[in-house]
Amino acid sequence: MDSTNITKVTPHISHNEHLIFERSQEGRIGYSLPPLDVDETPLDELIPAELRRDDDLEGVPEVSEVDVVRHFTRISTWNYSIDLGMYPLGSCTMKYNSRLNEKVARIPGFANLHPLAPESDSQGALEVIYELQEYLSEITGLAGVTLQPAAGAHGEMTGVMMIRAFIDARDGREASAKRRVMLIPDSAHGTNPASAMLAGFTVKAIRSTSEGFTDLEHLREMCAAGDVAGFMLTNPNTLGLFEKNIREICDIVHEAGGLVYMDGANMNALVGVARPGDMGVDVIHLNLHKTFSTPHGGGGPGCGPCCCTKELEPFLPVPRVVKDGDVFKLDYNRPQSIGRVKAFYGNFGMMVRALAYILTHGAEGLREVTEAAVLNARYIAEGLTSDYEKPFNAPPMHEVVFTDKRQSRKGVHTLDIAKRLIDYGFHPMTIYFPLIVQGAMLIEPTESVGRQELDQFIEAMRSIAREAKENPDLVINAPHSTRIGRLDEAAAARRPILRWKPKESASAA
Amino acid sequence: MRYIPNSPAEREEMLRAVGLERASQLFDSIPADIRLEKPLGVPSALSEMELLEKFNRMAERNRAATRPSFLGAGAYSHYAPTIIDHLISRSEFFTAYTPYQPEISQGTLQAIFEFQTLVCQLTGMEVANASMYDGSTALAEAVLMAERITRRKRVIVSSAIHPEYLAVADTYVQHYGIELERLEIDEQTGRTSTEALASLDDKTAAVVIQSPNFFGCIEEVAAIAERAHAAGALLVVAVTESASLGLLRSPGASGADIVVAEGQSFGVPLSFGGPYVGLFATRDKYARQIPGRLVGEAYDKQGRRGFVLTLATREQHIRREKATSNICTNEGLIALAATIYMETMGRRGIEETARQCAQKAAYAARRIGELQGYTLPFSAPRFNEFVVRAPSNADELLSRLASEKNITGGLALSRYYEGRETDFLVCVTETNSRAEIDALVEGLRSIAG
Amino acid sequence: MANVPEDLQYSKDHEWLRVEGDVAVIGITDYAQNSLGDVVYVELPKAGEKFEAHESFGSVESVKAVSEIFTPVSGEIVEVNESLNDEPEKVNNDPYGAGWMIRMRMSSPGEVDSLLSGVEYEEFTSGETE
Repeated sequence: MDSTNITKVTPHISHNEHLIFERSQEGRIGYSLPPLDVDETPLDELIPAELRRDDDLEGVPEVSEVDVVRHFTRISTWNYSIDLGMYPLGSCTMKYNSRLNEKVARIPGFANLHPLAPESDSQGALEVIYELQEYLSEITGLAGVTLQPAAGAHGEMTGVMMIRAFIDARDGREASAKRRVMLIPDSAHGTNPASAMLAGFTVKAIRSTSEGFTDLEHLREMCAAGDVAGFMLTNPNTLGLFEKNIREICDIVHEAGGLVYMDGANMNALVGVARPGDMGVDVIHLNLHKTFSTPHGGGGPGCGPCCCTKELEPFLPVPRVVKDGDVFKLDYNRPQSIGRVKAFYGNFGMMVRALAYILTHGAEGLREVTEAAVLNARYIAEGLTSDYEKPFNAPPMHEVVFTDKRQSRKGVHTLDIAKRLIDYGFHPMTIYFPLIVQGAMLIEPTESVGRQELDQFIEAMRSIAREAKENPDLVINAPHSTRIGRLDEAAAARRPILRWKPKESASAA
Repeated sequence: MRYIPNSPAEREEMLRAVGLERASQLFDSIPADIRLEKPLGVPSALSEMELLEKFNRMAERNRAATRPSFLGAGAYSHYAPTIIDHLISRSEFFTAYTPYQPEISQGTLQAIFEFQTLVCQLTGMEVANASMYDGSTALAEAVLMAERITRRKRVIVSSAIHPEYLAVADTYVQHYGIELERLEIDEQTGRTSTEALASLDDKTAAVVIQSPNFFGCIEEVAAIAERAHAAGALLVVAVTESASLGLLRSPGASGADIVVAEGQSFGVPLSFGGPYVGLFATRDKYARQIPGRLVGEAYDKQGRRGFVLTLATREQHIRREKATSNICTNEGLIALAATIYMETMGRRGIEETARQCAQKAAYAARRIGELQGYTLPFSAPRFNEFVVRAPSNADELLSRLASEKNITGGLALSRYYEGRETDFLVCVTETNSRAEIDALVEGLRSIAG
Repeated sequence: MANVPEDLQYSKDHEWLRVEGDVAVIGITDYAQNSLGDVVYVELPKAGEKFEAHESFGSVESVKAVSEIFTPVSGEIVEVNESLNDEPEKVNNDPYGAGWMIRMRMSSPGEVDSLLSGVEYEEFTSGETE
């Protein structure tokens, strides 16, 4: 492997580690519990044998504490992470996860609090929820807030169900029965149509223009066709562009009797600069794990609050956290609510972290973050234009899309560029999304990257562009520096092995 | 702002490099009439010390967090080995994203593969996904999956399922044309009444039960499975107290087709209700109908084993509105905590925890049942929760127990049910010492007296 | 260049059809399997199901895409290729042979006449690639 251009990383020993089941040895113990301190009743008297396990938990590992610590420490080193460096996944907002927020979420008064404890003895937790609701309302410019949804897609489902409930109440069930079309741009996240389906809507796509914006003519046409319940829009859109006609878009949809749903995945471009409520948006979900820095944790937990206008507020999920004088309360008396979307009150631990994020930044710091995030993306856009095709001219907000158009002439595709970037010590960008851009590479640096690393990234990308011309095979066969090469995903999907089985029974199963 | 690496001078240079003079010009593409021209109404920044002080003050107002508690009902206090929090706090786990790039995500992928295996082992099922948001949403997704598999619209659900789980299922299915019919509770045993199962027909997609149920009673899962299968319906079993899997016959061995569970019992803090982790398992033949992420084994050209996200064509990012669910990722870090719990406790620790829960609950139930004025209304075998019928209003009694004796004695069932004003639900786990149980018994005696 | 046997009929949805009496054997073309990439799963109907012409009768999945497959003619399914459950790669390796998908009893065999010949299909696909 040619490594002369690689400045960010040096290859290093990596430990092998089998599955824990392959490490397990009968008789090893990793736990300690005090001895049972009550008189023991024969189990048969408590629970009849036919209701008890008879497999002696066969196959569950038996390992020592040291085994577990080594096991997870070793496999952890096989992961890339934000703390190792820039993680430029477009639309994912991989920003720094503050240790202080972790500490705060672990304060015993929060971590050990049972969700069904009496309200009077949970006032601090209810206060966290209430205060975060207030700030999210201010940031979005929308009056009503629920923190119950557990993730962005869950927030989307909540939001579109509220739209449906609102329309049913406004028009009457009979009149609204036909109004079941949800318009979604062809550039949208896949969760949008899937969430709209859950609320019983029929999805119709709205085209994007060659400049990368919502096609207003097509939107007008689809709205004129009738039955439109709403339009789900990401803004800035998934191409990283601010939908400059947003006011007009909202007017068109509203005049057609529909509501505007905004996917808030890209709020890191807007906090402190512009508010969806001021644009005419009716309901939005936020991703606390993106904009508000709660850790992604290898794929969750998230938290997907939903914010809405005053008119939609009665339809928010129950219970709502409200303030009555100095006392915080759970309000279940919301007859028009869409119901509950999750047990208890949502991913509370994420709310604590997000509130800590907001308070640590303050109003000024929040705007500073937005400026830094957009500046970093603009800097990358500028730095890569000479070597990569940039399909849209408009200046990007917090993320920028490039394509493999120039490189693919030599047989080097987006996937190869992404894999080669790994050799340079970077996590790849989002690839092949949005779907409307062939060979898309969506790059979102976030505010958490310094200039030196941005320069290293730009240099790595330029170096790969050179390699694609001079030595395409080097790129096509990347990565060269990882523990494993590209995996045969087709074979894995044809005959899926989704769990470990002991050797002897593996052939029988 | 200390989380932004670039100094003001560097930012100035970068602005010039992109041809701008002022930071505000970065937002020129936003029409002026919708730009926010004033600062947000958010307080000014707090230092680290100030922030800690504020949160400590709020946490102190959560008085319930520090007193002995016998609350369960879907969220359980269990011992969590110290190493769990240390290991999940490694940057490589908690600051990583979904493992889309397998070459640099093998740590997360291997951990999920182990998680899927452990969930299969404990539930007695053949295939498990990478996790769901929590038990309640997992149950709702199981109902939708049963409809997909059977193409039937009638679903029969036990009234002894956690009321909040039922509420979530109602929300999820309301636009699907699925009817959720309730099965009554047998007031003698505390189990789901099986009489109404006579109405099972060829329109029934699934029977849905929880075991141990919301009242702590262990259901006759195998018998209900037989009835459901005879009608061509699936059996969905929900478990809210996963510690019970260490002792009770697994839902899989009892004939369940889909098993969902709340995994919070496996080393996850109570944290006022979340984040928790939903377990979702089924039979091999339904693997392509499962919602959410799946990790599978794969090999590279050199024959080295690795793990990869697989069967992705079920998912929203490919199939969009035709996906099996709108769920995007899983509960990664919480699933990791549960994995570390299951492996550290291991075969013997999971069993021992379950044994202690059952024994301590039995001791508490016996002592409370002997008190004058208190009865245990339900006769079915139980794991670690049971309903107590008090001599007076349970809510008032528990409030007094909290203020006078500093014990959270359980959950007044009037929170969810009409006509159960004197009933409350008590949960005992391995974390409740005999001294705490004795104090609860003594407290109940003196307050009723 | 994709393989287009001359003795088969083709649809614009990239299915091929071979007439055997009143039964049509149907699969997807070499061109189609090539643009899909590695086929990992084929979802097929059950024997006895009836379809109109140009109706979706199943889907073909690659690692990261799902494509519907359409009946070139109307009729009733008499047999499906169960072996594709275990070996979907047959669609890639032998699309006109072991990778066949369904056998259908045609309800209006005349529909075959409206399908493309090998030469026509080849022309059609070369237009699509441009």
